[in-house]
Amino acid sequence: MSADSEILGSALPARPPAGASRAVSGASPDTSEPVATDLGAPTSQGVFGAAPKTTRGGACAPQKRVSGKKLFVWPPSTDALLWRIVRPVGMAALFLTAWGLAVRWSGSDLFPTPGNVARGIVELIQKGLLFKYIVASLFRVSWGFTLAVIIGVPLGLVLGWYSRAFQALNPFIQILRPISPIAWIPLAILWFGVSDAAPIFLIFLASVFPITVSSIAAVQNMQPVYLRAALNFGLSTGELFRQVIFRACLPQIITGIRIALGVAWLVVVAAEMIAVNSGLGYLIIDARNAGKRYDLVVAGMVMIGLIGLVLDLLVRQLEKFDEVRWGYGRK
Amino acid sequence: MTAVSIRNVSMRFAGKKNGDSIRVLENIDAEVAHGEFVCIVGPSGCGKSTLLNIVAGFLKATSGDVLVEGEPVIAPDPRRIFVFQENGVFPWLNVHENVGFGLRKQTRAQRDQTIARYIDMVSLAGFENAYPHELSGGMRQRVEIARALAANPDIIYMDEPFGALDFLTRLKMRADLVRIWQSEKKTILFVTHDIEEAVQLADRVLVMSNRPATIQEVVDVDLPRPRHLDSPGYLEKRDRIFKVMGMSLRVGETAT
Ligand SMILES: Nc1ncnc2c1ncn2[C@@H]1O[C@H](COP(=O)(O)OP(=O)(O)O)[C@@H](O)[C@H]1O
Ligand SMILES: [Mg+2]
Repeated sequence: MSADSEILGSALPARPPAGASRAVSGASPDTSEPVATDLGAPTSQGVFGAAPKTTRGGACAPQKRVSGKKLFVWPPSTDALLWRIVRPVGMAALFLTAWGLAVRWSGSDLFPTPGNVARGIVELIQKGLLFKYIVASLFRVSWGFTLAVIIGVPLGLVLGWYSRAFQALNPFIQILRPISPIAWIPLAILWFGVSDAAPIFLIFLASVFPITVSSIAAVQNMQPVYLRAALNFGLSTGELFRQVIFRACLPQIITGIRIALGVAWLVVVAAEMIAVNSGLGYLIIDARNAGKRYDLVVAGMVMIGLIGLVLDLLVRQLEKFDEVRWGYGRK
Repeated sequence: MTAVSIRNVSMRFAGKKNGDSIRVLENIDAEVAHGEFVCIVGPSGCGKSTLLNIVAGFLKATSGDVLVEGEPVIAPDPRRIFVFQENGVFPWLNVHENVGFGLRKQTRAQRDQTIARYIDMVSLAGFENAYPHELSGGMRQRVEIARALAANPDIIYMDEPFGALDFLTRLKMRADLVRIWQSEKKTILFVTHDIEEAVQLADRVLVMSNRPATIQEVVDVDLPRPRHLDSPGYLEKRDRIFKVMGMSLRVGETAT
């Protein structure tokens, strides 16, 4: 070790001029950490020479350290993309063929073939019913679900934070939670009659509990260091909730919302079978009652599945925002 | 003139069994002057974090008082910012927003100017829009230091802020911290278990004993800055603290 090899602090107390400061003291913020060294410069190249994806602001996303031959390749090769499509599509084709053959060989005239179902869907489109029923179902889900989010998230955050309120209300929530929304149908009809309000109420009941419970858990499991930092900066209670507690819990809240939306979609179909006369649930019951149209029954089921898938994909997009991505482990 | 005075502070935690109690701090007395850089060293688990949390108002001492500017400390205060052992940067805010967190009362123009100044000071220019999970550990710690400085506190409390970093990064961060302290003229109370770190940084080092911790010795590190890590003065201070802590300088020898 030479006499001037490691010098701590500057002889001049003043900060070096702005231009020089980085060159002198910050050329490499962290000497040993590769992420920090070259700002925004590509640190690895895809196999095809494509520039790696950089995140906003020119910061390099943490690069996977690679050893030996195996390189992290971006964009994925076209082969991989192709397979991602071929596998599920091939599987679906196989399934539809097997279904068609099974119906034909058994000689059943009750159960429809995939072709019958497809024609059923076309028929529904032509009569203008499909679109109308989808809108009716989505309308009910939107209302019930939005109400559940508006009430469940703040309620959960407050109960998670104030332990006395939690003690008072938690048993109540835990007793109501396991009661299936279906069990509420008689009461819902009694209170709201045959109107949109009944299924909206049921959807609200179905989704408010998962949302509330996941929000409570999120607050209770919050890392204490964020709270202490917030207290240190002198936040008011309102600021604490909006700027720290809510933000820290958002990843878990979104997970709760995803689960709740799935349940809401299950319930709307059940509710529409009983309490109203439109929507995809009504379509299924109506098709059976009015002439055993099982092709339309299965058509309704297919639409319910497809829309459920789309809803889940939409909520999943929320998990990709920078403000919450940190909460889902390593991407 | 004293910025912080710790008067006869003791701390016990409730133990596992009823009525059982763990004595962590025992009659701690210390003072920190305005603009002074004071390090507290002690073995792991001796109560350093506990003491700093009491001083910052996050914990209440079992007995004794902490005064800042003559006023007793009862709660955390934005005039004294804490830099946490387990990085307290908010993962949902980007670097720019994190550094500006303590500036909510300023106008936007003022705030942007302050943020830019401190991001530059910790050499993170160009990373304003990056999120903490996209940064290395050392960079996240810089963000937290910038956030603390930007709030313009009188005192900064630091609890092993470089503990999770590797050797070279740590060395670099220390040099930067001293440079910033010299230009910003803050009072710093810095906790570490690393004796070398304490001697490199501090004006004075408070050496704590094992639990229940007392302040065993106060070592004045009256060495000019920049400090040379192989100068006789540096080695003498370092060896003194090693000795107080009952450690041998020869690896392989049992502690005395
Ligand atoms: N909330 C607590 N309850 C019980 N014991 C605690 C609590 N916090 C800290 N301790 C104990 O106090 C001692 C000192 O802890 P700490 O101040 O974190 O040590 P250091 O920071 O010096 O490593 C440890 O033995 C720890 O287990
Ligand atoms: Mg500690």
